Amino acid sequence: MSEAFAELRDLYQEVILDHGRHPRNFRRLDGALHAKGDNPMCGDRVEVWLRLGAGGRIEDAAFQGRGCAISMASASLMTEVLRGKTRDEAQRLAQAFRTLARTGACPACGGVHAEDIERLQPLAGVAEYPSRVKCATLAWHAMEAALRGEGSATTE
Amino acid sequence: MNDALPVAAGFDVQAIRAEFPILTETVRGRPLVFLDSAASAQKPRAVIAAMVHAMEHQYANVHRGLHWMSERTTEAFEACRDAAARFLNAASRDEIVLTRNATEAINLVAHSYGRGVLRPGQAVLISAMEHHSNIVPWQMLRDAHGIDLRVAEVTEAGELDMDSVAAQLADGKVGLVAITHMSNVLGTYTPAERIARLAHEAGAKVLFDGSQAAVHRRVDVQALDADFYVFTGHKLYGPTGIGVLYGKAALLDRMPPFLGGGDMISSVSFARSEWARVPHKFEAGTPPILEAIGLRAAIEWVERIGFPALEAHERALTEHALARLAAIEGVAVIGRAQDRGGVVSFTLDRAHAHDVATLLDRQGIAVRAGHHCAEPLMRRLGLDSTARASFAVYTTRSEIDALAEALVRVRAFFR
Repeated sequence: MSEAFAELRDLYQEVILDHGRHPRNFRRLDGALHAKGDNPMCGDRVEVWLRLGAGGRIEDAAFQGRGCAISMASASLMTEVLRGKTRDEAQRLAQAFRTLARTGACPACGGVHAEDIERLQPLAGVAEYPSRVKCATLAWHAMEAALRGEGSATTE
Repeated sequence: MNDALPVAAGFDVQAIRAEFPILTETVRGRPLVFLDSAASAQKPRAVIAAMVHAMEHQYANVHRGLHWMSERTTEAFEACRDAAARFLNAASRDEIVLTRNATEAINLVAHSYGRGVLRPGQAVLISAMEHHSNIVPWQMLRDAHGIDLRVAEVTEAGELDMDSVAAQLADGKVGLVAITHMSNVLGTYTPAERIARLAHEAGAKVLFDGSQAAVHRRVDVQALDADFYVFTGHKLYGPTGIGVLYGKAALLDRMPPFLGGGDMISSVSFARSEWARVPHKFEAGTPPILEAIGLRAAIEWVERIGFPALEAHERALTEHALARLAAIEGVAVIGRAQDRGGVVSFTLDRAHAHDVATLLDRQGIAVRAGHHCAEPLMRRLGLDSTARASFAVYTTRSEIDALAEALVRVRAFFR
């Protein structure tokens, strides 16, 4: 990657470009918890599905949608880190991620696995771009709405 | 910025840039390349100085003080009305209502003309390329007052479909046509004179949303035969918080007030109130005094440049931008109207408009991205969002070159 792109890298790290281009778990799940997320300011849209297994753990998470690289990468990474989490853990993770996206760090993210935060760390660069924070948090809002049994979430 | 060749003869863009203090700022360590003037334009020193001067030397409330400061401030405030009347070539200064912005001006007409003059069963005709501010007030009128809302189509090229306008007018039920004079997404000018003629032949009045057009082109409301014309100050190098509604005197006279309060009455008792004469009937409460002083300075500043020079400069910039963007693989310019101004929307094949805008911003270039408050038009075009570069009197060729070069880098980045 040439020098000219160096300044573009703080936000668009390789892992974000990769997940943005090739989102993981980009599919529907039948008979699963489901919610839509809508960012009316920019038109980004995601749908999130969560299948809970025995013991209340998320055994599969998937999404579909369209939007910018940040929103797609965030949704994709989210579906990966959610696997095996309980509802409580998923909600704590969503809380932690929002802090990460807004402030660029999550110093007080007790109760959340360090490796999950590390996995999501590439999205922390969004904190430098207040107008883009909602792109990163959209799928997480939808995920929480799905857990609460609500059909939709909006970042507004 | 190095502009060896002036884009229009006798037009010194560097001298103009020197009048805008903000243009020397750097963003993320780069010189600011501001290509978002259609959202809001930067302010020349003349506007800044006029507002600061008022606050430092000559300020009081207007229209009621029996003291020197109030009388002088009233004169300065009312001078904005004169400037706006001259700017639009209104027949009388009393046809100029000062509002907070173009949105409020449209809402004023939707409320006062819509409820006070239009009758349930009549229709308002808008177009498919309106800004939300020229859609939502009419929807509110429709829902509250039983007015039908009709929409004239836009062609594949991004021009107003005049056959559709004529068809919608054919049954004579349209009481008001409310259409943009220039699209904030496509840059398309609409043929305002023809629209007004068609509207009048069908017995309808016509309002033009000049938020974009009035910044780029000389507007003559009498030549257009516009019944209402609105624009906003902050896109015209003036401050935020001030807009202008032009309305033909005979129409404004027939319309009930919009907001009630001080300044818009001639007498008040608990039984009833008498309205002040036009235009004060529509200016309730303490008006945007400093903003009016700033807008007057902005209008006079634009008049000093002159629309012939300004238009030639912006036309050359737009042609240059269209040529540069067309040469970049993967860039698609949206709309190909014959008559267009300095607003260019585009998409990039490999990246979403928001990513494009952020990556351009990272290189110091400010563009807008999104639906541009024109969701119905975006749906009509089959798009979620576009990036939009817009040009102003201070925009240079080299800024457009910077945009083009940056877009090539962005595309390579999203390889």
